[in-house]
Amino acid sequence: MNQKQLGYLFEIAWILPSVAVPIAFLVAIVITAFAVGISVPGEAGRVDPKTLNTTAPFDKPGLRELAPGRYEAVITAQLFNFTPGELEIPAGSKVTFIVTSRDVIHGYKVENTPINMMIVPGQISRMTTTFDQPGEYYVYCHEYCGGGHHLMAGKIIVTPAQSASSGR
Amino acid sequence: MATARVSGVPLASERADAAVFSTEHRLTGLNLLVAFIALALGGLFGVMQALQYNGIDLYKPIAPVLRGGYYQGLALHGVLNVLVFTTFFIIGWLTFTTTRSFGIPLASRTLGWVTFGVMTGGLLIAALPLLLNNATVMFTFYPPLKADPFFYIGLTLVVVGTWLLLANQVMTLRQWRAANPGVRIPLAAFMSIVTMTMWVICTFGVATEMLFLLIPWSLGLVQGTDPVLARTLFWFTGHPIVYFWLLPAYISWYNFIPKQAGGKLFSDPMARVSFILFLILSTPIGLHHQYTDPGISETWKLIHAIFTFGVFFPSLLTFFNVVASLEHGGRSRGGKGWLMWVFSLPWREPSFTAQVLAMILFAFGGAGGLINASYNINLVVHNTSWISGHFHLTVGTAVTLTFMGITYWLVPHITGRKLWSPPMALAQAWTWFLGMGMFSHWMHQLGLMSMPRRTAIGAANYMQPEWQPLLPFVMIGALIMFVSAILYYLNMIMTITAGKKEAVPMAPFARAISGPEDSPRVLDNFKPWLTISFILIVINYAPTLIRLISTTPLNIPGMRSW
Ligand code: HEM
Ligand SMILES: [Cu+2]
Ligand SMILES: [Cu+2]
Repeated sequence: MNQKQLGYLFEIAWILPSVAVPIAFLVAIVITAFAVGISVPGEAGRVDPKTLNTTAPFDKPGLRELAPGRYEAVITAQLFNFTPGELEIPAGSKVTFIVTSRDVIHGYKVENTPINMMIVPGQISRMTTTFDQPGEYYVYCHEYCGGGHHLMAGKIIVTPAQSASSGR
Repeated sequence: MATARVSGVPLASERADAAVFSTEHRLTGLNLLVAFIALALGGLFGVMQALQYNGIDLYKPIAPVLRGGYYQGLALHGVLNVLVFTTFFIIGWLTFTTTRSFGIPLASRTLGWVTFGVMTGGLLIAALPLLLNNATVMFTFYPPLKADPFFYIGLTLVVVGTWLLLANQVMTLRQWRAANPGVRIPLAAFMSIVTMTMWVICTFGVATEMLFLLIPWSLGLVQGTDPVLARTLFWFTGHPIVYFWLLPAYISWYNFIPKQAGGKLFSDPMARVSFILFLILSTPIGLHHQYTDPGISETWKLIHAIFTFGVFFPSLLTFFNVVASLEHGGRSRGGKGWLMWVFSLPWREPSFTAQVLAMILFAFGGAGGLINASYNINLVVHNTSWISGHFHLTVGTAVTLTFMGITYWLVPHITGRKLWSPPMALAQAWTWFLGMGMFSHWMHQLGLMSMPRRTAIGAANYMQPEWQPLLPFVMIGALIMFVSAILYYLNMIMTITAGKKEAVPMAPFARAISGPEDSPRVLDNFKPWLTISFILIVINYAPTLIRLISTTPLNIPGMRSW
């Protein structure tokens, strides 16, 4: 074999895994997205930030129990806090976060969970997760929103399951 | 030590080159000058950020000059480093590679000066509001944060200026083709033109955002805007911009490094194919920066994720080709064994060493990039300091340290002065590698602990006890980089002002083991590739953009919250 043929052989030997590796990653993503159900925010509708106080559900921000162990958290973000800033839920609860902004772009990241969303005025961000472990979870605004950005955080307190609603 | 004197080109022809290309040299030199002034100032803010994390606030003492504190500094850090430094360096560098690779001057030197003039004018216009704290909106300028209109107008002019280089390149290509019928386009010129073509295509996004959304809105001509539409147009440009930064570094890795290593480029056809793939695949994947955005469908996010993995393929081709070329160099210098050839490489050459160290950190950056690109895994890291850790490996090192490495031969060549201190240059490369390696490692770690990015952590009311022990290491990395930067600037200033006057040859273009004659000619014909690129962009962006535009109430007022 001359040097060129050897070169082609090396090229092929590299090209095949170069195709295979990205494909393997993709398969893993598709499986976790659709079989395990870890997905990203999508289209959840527009809303006018100027009329939030009279637009459901943002006229009444807060935690609502939809069914035993099933919650909806309606939250507004504004310079430089979240309303409500603190939520308390029993362990094992499944919570859907429905969030929008009154002013500029903010972030909403709940530590140690997949909840990670951009909060954009005019848009509704929606994501769901289950809180299994009791404890305090910090919520960070992780998008620069102005001079007080580093003061913008919230908290989710997950209480041990037995102290919570009956039937569990 | 033989810095940048790897070539055996006789000095007489070197003087002739200097005469033929004197205008190009001046243009390249001026662009580099603006670039490195920007980086000096931008880098300084980086160090201040790392100090602020540790409670050392240098913003108070400078408040009489810069009122905006941490966030104004961060806006300057981002804009100066990744918009100004990169763009000016690239325009200067590609002017050089295009003309030297063709062996003829720019088709229009007047246009060359106009390019520099428009870009510099734009920069000055944008700099004023930035320095006056009237544009503390970061380098991403997401509305509804509303900056002074001059900030948007200035940046738009910088972008428009860059387009003129492509026009000049195409005219130069025509001239060269007329004189060299049937000859393959030289590799460096080919890559330089592909890079600029990709850039001009992708800047359609940010140009549209500026002209139709931000500028009229900041001037008060329209009352409202649409942040998700603006973000989508921004990232239409914002992902490919990373290839606009990287490809010029690859141009050095493909065309100069193999020869600097003492060998040849492994494969010219493979190199051309990878650049064509970058041209086609860079743009239709921008939604991977918006995985967590509302208002964009999961389906299109996932499709962009799939294409993002596609662009991983030409990156791996580049990795293979460059490493194979290094191996050829190491073996040509007498290296043996599976890996021992690495030690035969010219590690005493600062230009070479800087760039190879840049490649090593880039390998880690690439691996992290795979994680960022991974649709739902991205949820763990999005907008945490992991991301800052990531792009300091890519643009902050792969690109920046490569550009510094290039200047170790390029500046002596265009100024006709020997590099003042090669040992100092070597020390600079290693300290950057070390400092950035540390800085970035701990930033990644902190990101996994949910530390948010773009945040004055030192003043945060939620400082976490588990972050605290790691923050000093971030600072130590930053201080090592600060030392590295001082070594760099001292060396460069001394070279320009006091370097020994001598005609220094350019680093010669590498020849290839498998040359252009082995690659299909269709690669030199841009039309089919442009067509495919256009079709992919339309498929991947039209549905989302049309839906956003047709449903936008354009009702979000701007505000100044800093
Ligand atoms: C002296 C070396 C440097 C140090 C110590 C440094 C430090 C930092 C730190 C701590 C941050 C995070 C700030 C935050 O998220 O609040 C940051 C952000 C950033 N750095 Fe650097 N950096 C350096 C050099 C560079 C270079 C060379 C580049 C690119 C050429 C660069 C590009 C950026 C960008 C684009 C950001 C993000 C800005 C934003 O979020 O808007 N940095 N840097
Ligand atoms: Cu914020
Ligand atoms: Cu990207």
